[in-house]
Amino acid sequence: MPFIVRRVIFYLVAAWVALTINFFIPRAMPGNAVESVMSKFPNLQPSAYKALQALLGVGHPGSLWDQYWAYLSNVFHLNFGTDVTNYPASVASLLAQTIPWTITLVGTATVIAFLAGTVLGVVAGWRHGGWLDRVLPGLMFFQAVPYFFLALILLELLAVRGHLFPVGQGYSGGLVPGWHWDFVSSAIYHSLLPAFTIVIASVAGWMLQMRNVMITTIGEDYMLAAQAKGLSNRRVMFSYAARNALLPQLQGFGLAVGFVVSGAIVMEIVFSYPGIGLLLLNAVTSNDFPLMQAVFLVITFAVLLANLIVDMIIVAVDPRARAREGAR
Amino acid sequence: MTVALPVSTEPAAVPEEHQQRRGLWRRLPTRAKVGAIMLGAFIVAGIIGPLLSPYDPSFQNPSFSLSMHPPDAAHLLGTTQSGQDVLSQLLSGIRLTLELALSVGVIATVLSVVVGVAAAYLGGVWDEVLSLATNVFLVIPALPLLIILLGYLPQKGQAATILVLAGLGWPWGARLIRAQTMAIRSRDFVAASRETGERTWRILAFEIVPNEVSLIAANFVNTVLYAIGASVALAFIGLADLTSWSLGTMLYWAQSQQALQVGAWWWFVPPGLAVALIGTSLVLLNSGIDELGNPRLRDAGGESAAAWQHLRPTDPTPVLDAAPPRRRWRPAPRPDGDLP
Repeated sequence: MPFIVRRVIFYLVAAWVALTINFFIPRAMPGNAVESVMSKFPNLQPSAYKALQALLGVGHPGSLWDQYWAYLSNVFHLNFGTDVTNYPASVASLLAQTIPWTITLVGTATVIAFLAGTVLGVVAGWRHGGWLDRVLPGLMFFQAVPYFFLALILLELLAVRGHLFPVGQGYSGGLVPGWHWDFVSSAIYHSLLPAFTIVIASVAGWMLQMRNVMITTIGEDYMLAAQAKGLSNRRVMFSYAARNALLPQLQGFGLAVGFVVSGAIVMEIVFSYPGIGLLLLNAVTSNDFPLMQAVFLVITFAVLLANLIVDMIIVAVDPRARAREGAR
Repeated sequence: MTVALPVSTEPAAVPEEHQQRRGLWRRLPTRAKVGAIMLGAFIVAGIIGPLLSPYDPSFQNPSFSLSMHPPDAAHLLGTTQSGQDVLSQLLSGIRLTLELALSVGVIATVLSVVVGVAAAYLGGVWDEVLSLATNVFLVIPALPLLIILLGYLPQKGQAATILVLAGLGWPWGARLIRAQTMAIRSRDFVAASRETGERTWRILAFEIVPNEVSLIAANFVNTVLYAIGASVALAFIGLADLTSWSLGTMLYWAQSQQALQVGAWWWFVPPGLAVALIGTSLVLLNSGIDELGNPRLRDAGGESAAAWQHLRPTDPTPVLDAAPPRRRWRPAPRPDGDLP
């Protein structure tokens, strides 16, 4: 079976596991979630109450098996029910409003950080012991700092005190979202500081990982052979060392992207950025379980999709991945 | 990194330790030593800090002038909105957060060793199932899942948080340990002990696991790092026992009481900085453990040689020496122990 087909099957299994966990959590957890939601929203409409019961599996709306199939069919049709906080808005419409913000911001910033970190890692690994290598312990601080805390500090220094950037929000108040220059420029301006935060917080991790793989790669025999052939340093560095070191780096990207996205989503809260993170915070503070579960599914599927894309890139750059038929 | 700290809180540095332990400490790269000392300082602060803390962290001083008071002699790190002493909260917070993270580290590491070793050693269907579970939970992002798990819990106490975090923190280590066990189980000494009729559990516990100590240690450090990051983020969005003082709940209250907007930096900087420094110490420690297992990663120190100068293991032809290299190649130190 080709590599990519096996990966697609694996991601389908992972997606199914996530869906199933999502189905069973409200049914397995102690406490009555419906009552806790109802106590927060006493004037909830009967239809919303019914939908909530069906989602959380309270009030015995059919056998577990029937509930499970109804749930899968609902998710498949992107029907996540009615939201209790913003009644009568549907959960799907809330997600549709916020997802583009997060994907644009977190996606762009993560790709920039990954590329920058990888290039810096190539240089740091190649010049092992050079100045870039010596600032590594300093960079480790940025690897360890929580995204949202870095966001708080940058916001304080550059926005509240420095007045260089706007203090939060996705765009200036008073603007009507749409494809016109005023709005787009305002949105870009508002996204600079959050994007900068993600890059600063995650670039060190990519760099460190690439550096370590580079150093290990440089010890290989084919590097010596390339050197002996009299190839230029630049050629050996990029075509021989970096190209091979990139594969573990890409695999690492697939695994780490979940952490980055999670960190970035919490960071959105600090900036009051109108993305999925802020939506999640509102869901948590108001015990809005349907919304929380939908956000979990959306983030999980996005991460699985990112992983699949990374796998496709691996297939494109690594002949071994294409050749490995059936082997693990 | 040549920071010489006068006092070491790390037990391995105490002179009356065994020779062997001192040897290990000496072999640790500087980076790891700095990390260990920093972490040790925080652990000491967590243990004795709450005893020394000047106020009850929850005590709300009703005096209006003490609301969001900047640092002064009476309150070294200032006060919160309701007149609580930030320093006292910080000291309790360090204790609670470290307590949680270390517990998660222990439980999750045990889980990952059990799963990883079992998958690799039992093989067959067991391996298929355990590996699939490991890979699936590795790819499902942990934080959103933690959020719904904790969201549904009516009581979000310390113990519940520890269990939930540990329950999702094992796959990374399990995967690494499985790979390592696969490599070790085919070694001669394992085959030999199997031939002499040792029981499986004995082979696992006394032949295989001891050879994975450095990997398990690195994994423990990583898991503690994950636990700190995740627990602080969860508390920051309000999914914790908000009446207890952890670094995360401090940040939650600072954020929800608009500490940033009113410029009360003394409220949100100390807990955040504590999280960042504990995290840095763990990253330093981990990169040190990495270097111990893979000496190539070791700091080239003052010799800022470009990589190509390392690429001459035997200096094969004298022609290459026509332009004498600035530095001669030195044999790389071999990794200690039995690691591949």
